[in-house]
Amino acid sequence: MTIVYEDHGDEAASEVPVRRIRFTVNGDKKIAEVEPRLLLSHLIRRGLGLTGTHMGCDTTNCGACTVLVDGRAVKSCTMLAVQVDGRDISTVEGLATASELHPLQEGFKEEHGLQCGFCTPGMMMAAKALLDENPDPTEEDVRWALSGNLCRCTGYQNIAKSVLWAAAKLRSQSGGR
Amino acid sequence: MSQALDELKIGGLGASRKRVEDNRFIRGKGNYTDDITLPGMLHMEILRSPLAHARIKSIDTSKAWQIPGVHLVLTGEMMATRNLAWMPTLSYDTQAVLATDKVRFQGQEVACVVADDPYIAKDACELIDVEYEPLPVIVNPVQAVADGAPVIRDDKENQVGNVIYDWEVGDSEGTDRAFEQADVISKLHLHYPRSHPSPIECCGSIADYNRATSKLTVYMTTQAPHIIRAAVALVAELPEHMIRIISPDIGGGFGNKVPVYPGYVCSILASILLERPVKWIEDKSGNLISTGFARDVYLDGEMALRSDGKILAVRIHTDADHGAFFSDAQPSKFKIGLMHSAFAAYDIPVAHLTARGTYTNKAPGGVAYRCSFRVTEAMFFQERMMQAAAIDLGIDQAAFRRMNFVQDDQFPHRTPFGFLTDSGQYGKCLDVGLKAAGYDDFRKRQQEARANGRLLGIGISTMTEPLGAGNSREYDILGIKMFDSAELKVHMTGKAIVRTGARGQGQGHETTWAQIVSHELGIPADDIVVEEGDTDTAPFGMGTYASRSTPVAGAAVAMVSRKIRAKARRLAAHLLEVSEEDVEWELGRFYVRSAPDRGVTIQECAMAAYSNMPDGMEPGLENTAYYDPPNLTWPFAVYIVTVEVDPETGVWDVLNMVAVDDCGIRINPMIVEGQIMGGLTEAYAMANMQFITFDAEGNCVGSNYMDYLLPTSWETPGFELHSEVVTPCPHHPIGAKGIGECAAVGGPAAFVNAVLDAISDRGVRNIDMPLLPDRVWEAITQHHDVYGAPPVRTDD
Repeated sequence: MTIVYEDHGDEAASEVPVRRIRFTVNGDKKIAEVEPRLLLSHLIRRGLGLTGTHMGCDTTNCGACTVLVDGRAVKSCTMLAVQVDGRDISTVEGLATASELHPLQEGFKEEHGLQCGFCTPGMMMAAKALLDENPDPTEEDVRWALSGNLCRCTGYQNIAKSVLWAAAKLRSQSGGR
Repeated sequence: MSQALDELKIGGLGASRKRVEDNRFIRGKGNYTDDITLPGMLHMEILRSPLAHARIKSIDTSKAWQIPGVHLVLTGEMMATRNLAWMPTLSYDTQAVLATDKVRFQGQEVACVVADDPYIAKDACELIDVEYEPLPVIVNPVQAVADGAPVIRDDKENQVGNVIYDWEVGDSEGTDRAFEQADVISKLHLHYPRSHPSPIECCGSIADYNRATSKLTVYMTTQAPHIIRAAVALVAELPEHMIRIISPDIGGGFGNKVPVYPGYVCSILASILLERPVKWIEDKSGNLISTGFARDVYLDGEMALRSDGKILAVRIHTDADHGAFFSDAQPSKFKIGLMHSAFAAYDIPVAHLTARGTYTNKAPGGVAYRCSFRVTEAMFFQERMMQAAAIDLGIDQAAFRRMNFVQDDQFPHRTPFGFLTDSGQYGKCLDVGLKAAGYDDFRKRQQEARANGRLLGIGISTMTEPLGAGNSREYDILGIKMFDSAELKVHMTGKAIVRTGARGQGQGHETTWAQIVSHELGIPADDIVVEEGDTDTAPFGMGTYASRSTPVAGAAVAMVSRKIRAKARRLAAHLLEVSEEDVEWELGRFYVRSAPDRGVTIQECAMAAYSNMPDGMEPGLENTAYYDPPNLTWPFAVYIVTVEVDPETGVWDVLNMVAVDDCGIRINPMIVEGQIMGGLTEAYAMANMQFITFDAEGNCVGSNYMDYLLPTSWETPGFELHSEVVTPCPHHPIGAKGIGECAAVGGPAAFVNAVLDAISDRGVRNIDMPLLPDRVWEAITQHHDVYGAPPVRTDD
């Protein structure tokens, strides 16, 4: 692997501090050298090229950038990349296997839980955090759990249905085992 | 005899087909503008004005240039040397790209930096020194026309004062005469607050100018790529064939992504100067304070009534606050959009509308936020006025509407402002809505609740909306006629690709356009791919906004399919060795009239078009259709809301919301319902919380999602949708009407009417949106109306 930097003179380069971090993303172990001020969302999107995690507001309001860090839903625009040193990140790209969609992905398609698709990855990751904790939520539980994620297209009714669809499928799968 | 195709099974008209585009979105494999990285790409950030009105005394960019990694710092002065400091708007005005003389609203673009990395570009923006001389600030139309008001647009020769236009439509004298005959005159004055469409994805572009080929490619968040290509050709003086606009996946538009913004222009110039791709991605604050706002109109009206409830005439005056530049995105000849669609659902003999527009020190835009050009304000005023008039007359809300509706046998109906509404069953829609909402029973419940100190209310709103501009005789933008287009290429194995001049942003075009082709040709929808948004490949069209895609581009898809079928018929006759007149069509198959078992499928015709065409026939099975609609389509809807208002706090909760939408034939019912629910949510948002206001210094309150409140899944109520009433559009090839915006247009008045109904014993005629708890509480306890935008808290 080769990384080429713009040459702005040694003095300038030495002024930019760099930290080395180790982390796991969607099961793959990674090492990165990052500026301490780099946002986690930018590490994911630009550093790792995982553009399924979107950025909507940069201020922790819209939730489009939601990922899981050690299983907890986190808005990655308000976490620094250096803070994930030693931790485990899951993004939308890790939901499906090569052959099979995650029930949340199926649910969003089945129940028309998305339109423009921009909030969808964040919605699904926030929903995953909910279902990991509570496999049998009510609609009210779902609406509360997703209240940190904004959608401008759907009106949320079908998003709630999508998550409940996925919950039912996950329960039937685990019950069948 | 072969089995006829089941249209629903092949994904044709009426199938709730699962969306094709979802396959990439649910995997995080969408391709939005910010997801695109080009080799050698640089990043651009914009420096914005902190002041709403100020003269620029000096701009010092020297420190910014010194930061390692900075490639370019652009100012208005540099833009001016290339004649790019100003650009034309879509409403025959001009707008500053980068400010030269003055800044005219907070957030206006002053300079921009291009650097290796967006972090570096932002650092450099911080180091640009701008010296401002503050000027008096104007934040509403009253201030704009006050004596001694500073002239905001002193850049324009012959501009006296701050009035942009005085405009009128309708019959002034006839309306005056009708008012003289009135038994009762009802009046209403209200403000539709400034709002912002606020898609979650902000605006952005990647300009890529290639010196070797002279070609400029721009990936950008635009709902109307062909209009942008024309604008770039005119503004940047580049030849049109050397400009390629690509609109990749769009993270919501709602009208916000129709105009041309300074950021696009700067990224293009930067790429030309640097000969490298330049990416600009706006942040949320930049999006909210500088890009196309919506609404911000004061409406004053009165209604002449006979004591039996018949409406004799309506008079409306609108005072619109357009911000610093008149850049409304609308058909050019109508200064206040299609405001004169007001009262189109009611049989009113005569009406008159006057409109005045003013400049203020606020962001420009005036975009059609989920509506067909100011129809939202028109329908809101209409339904608030209907409620006020019914109360003045002492007539039941529903009965008053019903007695004044245009009746089913009156279509096509000429409205007093000159529109021709095409079809509808207004009374039937109202019946369905009232029954679903339990209207007959509600008044009793309301009385009982009130006796126990609880405030229940019910609100009705109806709407009809002119959707699908053109026709081209009346509708154009800067002279470009408003039609649309579709191209269909059927490959030899019977698979096909459709391209249109529209550009979806979540409406599901990739799914529904295929369904129209499937309906017309019997090709399974899964065998048809849809592509939009690339001006090098898509036929020319005016884009997607104002619910025009299904009425216009969707019609073009049907028409081009019919051209393909006509050619396929000739191929079928050749294959079946009969004359064309002896060939009959059923879905997906031609057969011999006298021998129905002898037939060929559309796929066999496609193969023949490339392998076995008759002598003299042009090979191939491809065509293009340009569709110029004969009229707008006129969907109708009834929205009924019941609420409970807490008398102690002014907080109100939605108990039930019923929506009865008649949008003609539904191509994909699942998608139509998704559109309705999205619109209802924005209606609820407008009524409840969503507004942008300004303090006396012109500081924008609502510049981020902490201040600009959007409803979440927690507040948003559930909706009950009804699709029983279907009135096919008589002039659309498949009978469809627009639907994307109806609920956002008609919904707000239902919520407001419901809250006012709940507190009807307090002598309150109006509370302006948003109905924040403190405003409702003020009305309940003080027994007076609450007008205007909510006041801005100050520190003292």
